[in-house]
Amino acid sequence: MPQIQVTPLGAGQDVGRSCILVSIGGKNVMLDCGMHMGYNDDRRFPDFSYITQNSRLTEFLDCVIISHFHLDHCGALPYMSEMVGFDGPIYMTHPTKAICPILLEDYRKITVDKKGETNFFTSQMIKDCMKKVVAVNLHQTVQVDDELEIKAYYAGHVLGAAMFQIKVGLESVVYTGDYNMTPDRHLGAAWIDKCRPDILISESTYATTIRDSKRCRERDFLKKVHETVERGGKVLIPVFALGRAQELCILLETFWDRMNLKAPIYFSTGLTEKANHYYKLFITWTNQKIRKTFVQRNMFEFKHIKAFDRSYADNPGPMVVFATPGMLHAGQSLHIFKKWAGNEKNMVIMPGYCVQGTVGHKILSGQKKLEMEGRQTLEVKMQVEYMSFSAHADAKGIMQLIRMAEPRSVLLVHGEAKKMEFLKQKIEQEFNINCFMPANGETATTVTNPNVPVDIALSLLKREAALGPLPDPKKPRTMHGTLIMKDNSLRLVAPEQALKELGLSEHQLRFTCRVQIQNPQSEQDTLNTIYSHLKSVLKEHSIQHLPDGTVMVESILIKVSAAAEEPSTKTLLVSWSYQDEELGGYLCTLLRKGLPQSTG
Amino acid sequence: MAAHLKKRVYEEFTKVVQQQQHEEAPAKKLRLTKPSKSAALHIDLCKATTPTDALQYLLQFARKPVEPESVEGVVRILLEHYYKETDSSVRLKIASLLGLLSKTQGFIPDCIVDDAINTLNNEKSHQVIAQLLDTLLAIGTQLPENQTIRLRLVEVACRHLTDTSFGVRNKCLQLLGCLGSVDKPVSKELESMVLKDVQKIIGDYFNDQDPRVRTAAIKAMLQLHERGMKLQQTIYSQACKLLSDDYEQVRSAAVQMVWVLSQLYPESIVPIPSSNEEIRLVDDAFGKISHMVSDGSWVVRVQAAKLLGSMHQVSAHFLEQTLDKKLMSDLRRKRTAHERAKELYSSGEFSSGRKWADDAPKEKVDTYAVNLIDSGACGAFVHGLEDEMFEVRIAAVEALCTLAQSSSSFAEKCLDFLVDMFNDEIEEVRLQSIHVLRQISNNITLREDQLDTVLAVLEDSSRDIREALHELLCYTNVSTKECIQLALVELLKNLTKYPTDRNSVWKCLKFLGARHPTLVLPLVPELLSTHPYFDTPEPDMDDPAYIAVLVLVFNAAKSCPTMSALFSDHTFRHYAYLRDSLSHLVPPLRLPGRKLVSVSDSSGMASSEESSQQFLRQSLERVYTIQHLEAQGAQELLEFTIRDLQRLGELQPELAGAAEFSATYLRCQLLLMKGLQEKLWNVAAPLYLKQNAMASAAARQILEETYKLEFLYSGLETRQVAIVHHVRLQAKALQLVLNARTSRGVEPLLSICEKFLQEVDAFQRCFVAELTHFQDSFVEKLLELMPRLLACKPLDLVKILQTTLRQSGFLHLRLPEQLHRATATIIEPTGESDNPLRFTSGLVVALDVDATLEHVQDPHNSVKVQVVYPDGQAHIIHPRPGDFRNPGPGRHRLITQVYLSHSAWTEPCQIEVRLLLAYSSSKSRTSILKPAWNESTDGLPATENSIEGTIPFSKSVKVFIMPKPTRR
Repeated sequence: MPQIQVTPLGAGQDVGRSCILVSIGGKNVMLDCGMHMGYNDDRRFPDFSYITQNSRLTEFLDCVIISHFHLDHCGALPYMSEMVGFDGPIYMTHPTKAICPILLEDYRKITVDKKGETNFFTSQMIKDCMKKVVAVNLHQTVQVDDELEIKAYYAGHVLGAAMFQIKVGLESVVYTGDYNMTPDRHLGAAWIDKCRPDILISESTYATTIRDSKRCRERDFLKKVHETVERGGKVLIPVFALGRAQELCILLETFWDRMNLKAPIYFSTGLTEKANHYYKLFITWTNQKIRKTFVQRNMFEFKHIKAFDRSYADNPGPMVVFATPGMLHAGQSLHIFKKWAGNEKNMVIMPGYCVQGTVGHKILSGQKKLEMEGRQTLEVKMQVEYMSFSAHADAKGIMQLIRMAEPRSVLLVHGEAKKMEFLKQKIEQEFNINCFMPANGETATTVTNPNVPVDIALSLLKREAALGPLPDPKKPRTMHGTLIMKDNSLRLVAPEQALKELGLSEHQLRFTCRVQIQNPQSEQDTLNTIYSHLKSVLKEHSIQHLPDGTVMVESILIKVSAAAEEPSTKTLLVSWSYQDEELGGYLCTLLRKGLPQSTG
Repeated sequence: MAAHLKKRVYEEFTKVVQQQQHEEAPAKKLRLTKPSKSAALHIDLCKATTPTDALQYLLQFARKPVEPESVEGVVRILLEHYYKETDSSVRLKIASLLGLLSKTQGFIPDCIVDDAINTLNNEKSHQVIAQLLDTLLAIGTQLPENQTIRLRLVEVACRHLTDTSFGVRNKCLQLLGCLGSVDKPVSKELESMVLKDVQKIIGDYFNDQDPRVRTAAIKAMLQLHERGMKLQQTIYSQACKLLSDDYEQVRSAAVQMVWVLSQLYPESIVPIPSSNEEIRLVDDAFGKISHMVSDGSWVVRVQAAKLLGSMHQVSAHFLEQTLDKKLMSDLRRKRTAHERAKELYSSGEFSSGRKWADDAPKEKVDTYAVNLIDSGACGAFVHGLEDEMFEVRIAAVEALCTLAQSSSSFAEKCLDFLVDMFNDEIEEVRLQSIHVLRQISNNITLREDQLDTVLAVLEDSSRDIREALHELLCYTNVSTKECIQLALVELLKNLTKYPTDRNSVWKCLKFLGARHPTLVLPLVPELLSTHPYFDTPEPDMDDPAYIAVLVLVFNAAKSCPTMSALFSDHTFRHYAYLRDSLSHLVPPLRLPGRKLVSVSDSSGMASSEESSQQFLRQSLERVYTIQHLEAQGAQELLEFTIRDLQRLGELQPELAGAAEFSATYLRCQLLLMKGLQEKLWNVAAPLYLKQNAMASAAARQILEETYKLEFLYSGLETRQVAIVHHVRLQAKALQLVLNARTSRGVEPLLSICEKFLQEVDAFQRCFVAELTHFQDSFVEKLLELMPRLLACKPLDLVKILQTTLRQSGFLHLRLPEQLHRATATIIEPTGESDNPLRFTSGLVVALDVDATLEHVQDPHNSVKVQVVYPDGQAHIIHPRPGDFRNPGPGRHRLITQVYLSHSAWTEPCQIEVRLLLAYSSSKSRTSILKPAWNESTDGLPATENSIEGTIPFSKSVKVFIMPKPTRR
């Protein structure tokens, strides 16, 4: 039986280091190639030795697909392609291809230049790796080779995030990457057609959460910022460079525009400026509003948001500052935080999750006194707010996507095991389909039952179609024909044609059956009785009384002969061809029951 | 060669399709009078040697209409050619032409039915068959009465339903939907024919393999429903299955189908699959349609959201589910922000706010009980309101509105969501949700936290949003005095930020005060900043903010007599001032020590209106006695009545329209009377000049007034229009007579006479139905004499006119029920500013114009802005359609920018800005009433009938401008 095998090398019952191997129809595809944020040793990259020891990956993998530019989905790419060795095609969308190298370079700088690691990929390797990338468009079917084709769907989440359908013959797998089913201020919602894949590999970060409407969150956020600014306070929003940062920028920018506010908004420079450039370019990847209005004004050309300079932090009066990094553990955001923490008019809004041990985590858990380096203590008087702006689908969203795609089975990755368990059970219960959640290195196997396409002769098809009402597309229908398997191809043709092609002559198969009945009448009268009897019973068939002393029902012949010794016992000879088997059998049983007693 | 031929065939085929499409649009206008079309066509077609030529001829032929008499002949020729034609594209064109021809007005196509069916039987090409079926459909719709033909056509359609081409099946289904018999046959002869169960036949094609056919089947079914056939309930399950079809157009049609059935059988019971429970069909359908709100295609989502709004019979339990989305975080139940806000409110604690994780999830959720994709209506609106496409969001908001209007408990629930929509990224959606909230505001009371969110929008920079919000606040109920204070503070903030909102804010506070007198009462000392012991300084009377506060307080005081005790002395003085200056905002109060100026409780109002109506009636009746009076007395009577009516109009705004209309009409009569005064006509020839000047001025003025009468008032009936036209005719007759007396020579007179006669003729044709009311009038007499008039010489005509004019009686004017005068008030510019608008001459400066228009029909086309410069130059500016808003029935708001430019002046000067109402008599109401009129007047030159003009209908506003010379 044909089967599809899925093996997560990362992201199996885990978040981070997404890397999934899929074997489908004899092809091997790697989906995402990410790194793990939590580790600094070998564990940060997927274990490619699972595929092969000491040799290049090229011969084992047909292609690699990257869903979006987050490092946990593409961080290990240069390592895999340049250090382990892979020369095949790498597919990603245009925005991903544009932004991915920026992030990789940044990541490399931090690890090599700041932490001083060696044996890490170099800038050149990133460049070489990007040369192997083939960019794809949404809904464009890309033929990787003769049999393998992939197609990208919009996924929301971040700019350029895509879901991919991998198809070999009639078997297919959909990999969602990270996706978002609720649209936000700059991105639309994920969408897929009813492609009915054999396996849907879905992320499940929020498997056990159903989120509140985004409007409440937005309103809360804006209200808090607005109130603080009106009071004359300063607002610090520590963010990661890409993704949510743009979302919040758009949110504040439109709000400032609408409300005619004058307080300055700053964005700490660096990565973001480069990235914003790409956001301006890839307008088609954003949501309806931005796409429709960019002719008048590109929403990413901010009117109120300006570049930040260190000296601005001491400026009097209200202001809003976006600064990296998002967890307040170092850099500019921490620097500004230290300056502003003492004033109760100020506010810091944490828009994302903070790892334990960071300043962000401490202040979120309510700590009012922080110990800084050099034995200083910092009293936190400013207000601390937490707002969650996440761009993953929640449990409802995941279910919605499954409903949209109608897969034959689901495979969950990119989530915690315990949460997956819940979702798995729900999926099985509500859609009545199989659901897998393999751990890293574990293989999930699905047996597929692909259809075998057969060429049918047009004449045969037309003949069959003419027989009855049009075929119901939902139901299979039986038909007569001859299947010819020749030269590695399958054809369904009419029997006559098959005979002709094969040079065979047609054999006739006839059944005959004798039925004895008791009837005192003469042969001729018996025949007449039979004729009238059949005529009354089988109204829908043509029944003929032939002059040569036989009755024809369709093509079935009935003859009557009387035995010489016992004239009242008549022997009926019924003969039919193979095609009329059903009717013939019926006739026999009918005649065996005897004829009705004619009163005449 | 074969390949080449094939290519050619395809080429031609594609050509046909294109041309046919663009051919269909103009085809409806069939009006031309050129005989022997058929013969010409015949020759053309015979000449054609190749299919391409034939096609060209046919296309040319199709451009010109055919008169009804010759249609049949043309059809015969076409059919003849059809049988001979081998090329399918030409046959297709002929088939489509047959359809077009059968739609010719006045042609009864039953004679070509047989031929069309015959051709259908012999046709092989699927496309041509489809086109022929389309033709049959056209024929069938032309003959709605003929049952036999319909049955035949239905039979033909049934026969072709098994065709392999989807196009043919589509057309068959369409035909069945449009022509299938809706009710049982009545006559005997029809009963003999096999009546097909059209519903069943169409229903079979719900499962067709082609999505286009499935769509057509559902649409045909819907068509049957529209034509009045009761659909069977059995379709419901089929339709529900189609909701999960792969193709969006099928789903879209299926949603409609389910909706229709839910309206037909709301109360019947359907089982829930996978359980043995049963629910009402409308609830089930509601659940299913709700489900479609999260469909993959936004077209379907819009449709589903829209339809949800019209399902009023759904039970409350299901309805409320649409707003429910059980939140959960990490498998624990979580309350929504809305619930938290409500809880905070009810616990009396306001936004303690910033506790870390105060939204932390509480109890554990039973994993088995959580239903992630509820089959029910769960969260449909939550999804709809969060949708990516604003079309869906707007549809959802509208649906919420209609549902909330019918259920107050639902209104209460959806409030939070609507308030949330105030923050939508697209202004249209924000505006819509504000409007919706206003519409349902009778059912709800805003909580403080909700009001807070609502008020936050007051700072929006879009004027529309702010004004919509003011409108909303006018109708809002709030619960506590803090709310009132909050609203006042925010409105004042709004006022300082956007001073142009002054009027709107005041009006808003007026209603707010009148609605919540008891809540305002405890706030009064604070609002007026009075102190029990100390005198506080008197606030500045010109401060808009102070006026705003006073408006709030005074309006509250109206129904709260104790409030005035809290006022300080200057408040009373300010009251007197404001009562005079802003009387529309400040109500009359019963203040201690003061006499109430006018008693105006509601009963008094009603009675006064009644009495003034009576007065209006009486004055008009009195005027009718005029016939019996001497000229002098008649004129005096008219003058008095006109004066009375004008005063009445000023006093009674409700009757202003009627009073002014009748006054203007009477003025016309008065002028006419003066113009025809016997004394003048009897004077000697040398004095002609003087009296002529006077009379022709009168005639001109009458003409002007009649245009005002016709176009400035809304609510006129044909009868009044006829009377107005009659007066105009009289004025024209007067002009003609005057002309005849002054001009020498017959030549110029001839054309004027002819024109006049044509006008009389046109009048007769337009107002045939009204002529009965014109007894003893000018026109009636004229029409009696018409045969004579047509024959006689101009001078005789003039004589006849003169006598008829003077003998004709006075027409009674009966006023219609509702009569309103179009008015416009320019709010902006105010004309108060002394600072001239400076700009460099030669360049332009934009002047903001803001005006309210009342009772203007179709303002987009008729309202213009006129700018008059001091040197007499006048410019007319056409505002863009987008500049008009429609805040209420009969009201419009014009917010536009007028671009001014002029060469340099030495010192600032005033320009005048006013609004004009443009009219054109060809577009007068008569032509709307009688659409056929246009067609029958092709003899008359169009220009003569249409007189374009403008009526100024607003006071002009003066604006200082100062163009400076360019600096070099």
